[in-house]
Amino acid sequence: MPTTQENWNPGKAENRHPEVTYEEKERLFLEVKNDLRYEEFLYGCYECGICVSACPSARFYDFSPRVIAQAMAREDVERVYDILTEDIWNCAQCFSCVRCPRQNNPGGLVTILREVSIKNGLQESKDALQGYSRVIYKVMLKGNQVSPDMLQPDFFPDWGPWVQNFSQNMHVWRKAIPMDSIRGLTDVAWRTDRKTLLELYTIWFESGNMEIIKELDESLYDLLTEVMQEELEEG
Amino acid sequence: MTELTTVEQILERKSHPVTRDASAAPTHDMHETLLELEAKGEIILQKVPEPYIEFTTKYGRMKKIPIEHTWHHKSCGHCGHIPGYASSILWLHRQFNLDYHDPTDQTSCTGWNYYASAASNAVGQAAVMSRNFAAAYETGYFPMIHCGTSFGHYKEIREQLVHHKELRDDVRRILDKMGKPLVIPEEIVHYSEWVYAMREKFKERQLVDMSPITATVHPACHYYKIVAEDAIYDPEIYGGQRTAVVTALLEKLGINVADYSTWFDCCGFGFRHVLVQRDFTRSFAVLRKIETMKNEVNPDLTVTHDTGCVTTLDKSQFAAKAHDRKVGIPVLSDAQVAALAMGAHPFRVVQFHWHSTDWRPFLDKLGINWQKYWDEFQNDLELIRAGQKSGITWEDADKPVVY
Repeated sequence: MPTTQENWNPGKAENRHPEVTYEEKERLFLEVKNDLRYEEFLYGCYECGICVSACPSARFYDFSPRVIAQAMAREDVERVYDILTEDIWNCAQCFSCVRCPRQNNPGGLVTILREVSIKNGLQESKDALQGYSRVIYKVMLKGNQVSPDMLQPDFFPDWGPWVQNFSQNMHVWRKAIPMDSIRGLTDVAWRTDRKTLLELYTIWFESGNMEIIKELDESLYDLLTEVMQEELEEG
Repeated sequence: MTELTTVEQILERKSHPVTRDASAAPTHDMHETLLELEAKGEIILQKVPEPYIEFTTKYGRMKKIPIEHTWHHKSCGHCGHIPGYASSILWLHRQFNLDYHDPTDQTSCTGWNYYASAASNAVGQAAVMSRNFAAAYETGYFPMIHCGTSFGHYKEIREQLVHHKELRDDVRRILDKMGKPLVIPEEIVHYSEWVYAMREKFKERQLVDMSPITATVHPACHYYKIVAEDAIYDPEIYGGQRTAVVTALLEKLGINVADYSTWFDCCGFGFRHVLVQRDFTRSFAVLRKIETMKNEVNPDLTVTHDTGCVTTLDKSQFAAKAHDRKVGIPVLSDAQVAALAMGAHPFRVVQFHWHSTDWRPFLDKLGINWQKYWDEFQNDLELIRAGQKSGITWEDADKPVVY
């Protein structure tokens, strides 16, 4: 809803999501606030807008790191819920906003907000991450991502004929790299030892990461769990 | 005397070298706390190996940059999509017979996943970093981080580990399961800081005259915006107002570094955006960076020092041609420029063929007969295709060939 003279509310936000109870919104807000990183990411807000002037997303979207810092500092539960459901996926995570004179880190607040949104299975986050499962699968299972075989012409048509040329020559180009750790590999960025991968799987299970994946994408969770558990059992 | 306008006053003030005072820094330096944690036996503090050189960081703290005995923490994006970036870093080490280790017990920092999807948490991210640092410590080599995001991310995690005992306890519990100690390096070092430290040595071995080239610099956000106090600054470079890495190297090699108004802007990578919302990435990279450079200084090249920046600035230019935007600036990393200046093979080492914006005019301007080296490389590929050669090795690539 665009802001007008009639609906402008200089105080706390109106309730734009009546389908969700205030108590539930407050619970989500407190989950953000109680994160151990929160106190190092927010010290208050001068409302100077320096963060907005540096923010790439503010140039292209209806997005403001200042509003995020303000809403969190004012404990505006309704506004924070709006941000959770409408804004957080527009952030480019460049951290240009940390030039803040109060040493705030709005980009860091966004990462906490995103984590809380995913952990609580908010549909808006599932929608924003549609098409992203492949990347999560790759990094959690293979130990690195950005593999050469991701560069398919169908997926990167806007990168021009270079992608087609690469795709046709990928196997031989990969062999023509002098580094032992990457030469010849097309499905991963570099060679990772099996023992190292098992250690990585241990981290995912022990840190609570798998519960996050379960909320985000249950079929991805099933697939990852099955493969990783089998590998860990083999040892 | 004519009164200066506000803009002139700002420019005049910024043209002066800035005196840094570490004691007056607005941020807290956690190195003393690291020593305290080491004394309590909570962590192993891995010391920077000799030889190292110290440089000034943003607020005056001296940062030690190791010259060799380094464990190369590779970047997903370098190794997967810009392999000439990673091979140039190692090629430069090899030219000086510097001791380094290219490990296979390293994982990604998983920071791309974290910044793009947040499908992780503070404990998971800290455990991934600590496992990598423990792996480096076990080899006796000191971590050198290739990726700007890993570098920034690890510095942020180090702050979190230092300030939160519960996080250290969680990470230690996980590391115990793999028999690894909690190790924090004395410095978290980005490879571009090593390039900066080595620039005089590179100059001594320079074979290609770079003076015909005008270049712009894109400082990588995650190098100097995350935990900003830890990036290297030099009064001789923009009066100490911008990070010195990259720019100092180019100037040392004789390249004309041209300034442009949107130097502080990010490249538009956006993590999630570059994969699933690329209209934002393309628009930002072209409209705020490439076209601005083109309009203001029309450079032959733009140079940066992080993975996503090279990819975004390079690959975003093709589609913009359909909209008649002013594009056509090749993009390289500082390491690739240094290697090329020292005579590295443009395809066996620098791997120009992985870059999509036309780089031929840049090599033409340097007087490099790229066709000759391309033909040599095509011959390599034919031998590989025919099964007569398994691949290119350092033996094929070590010798400087361009001069």
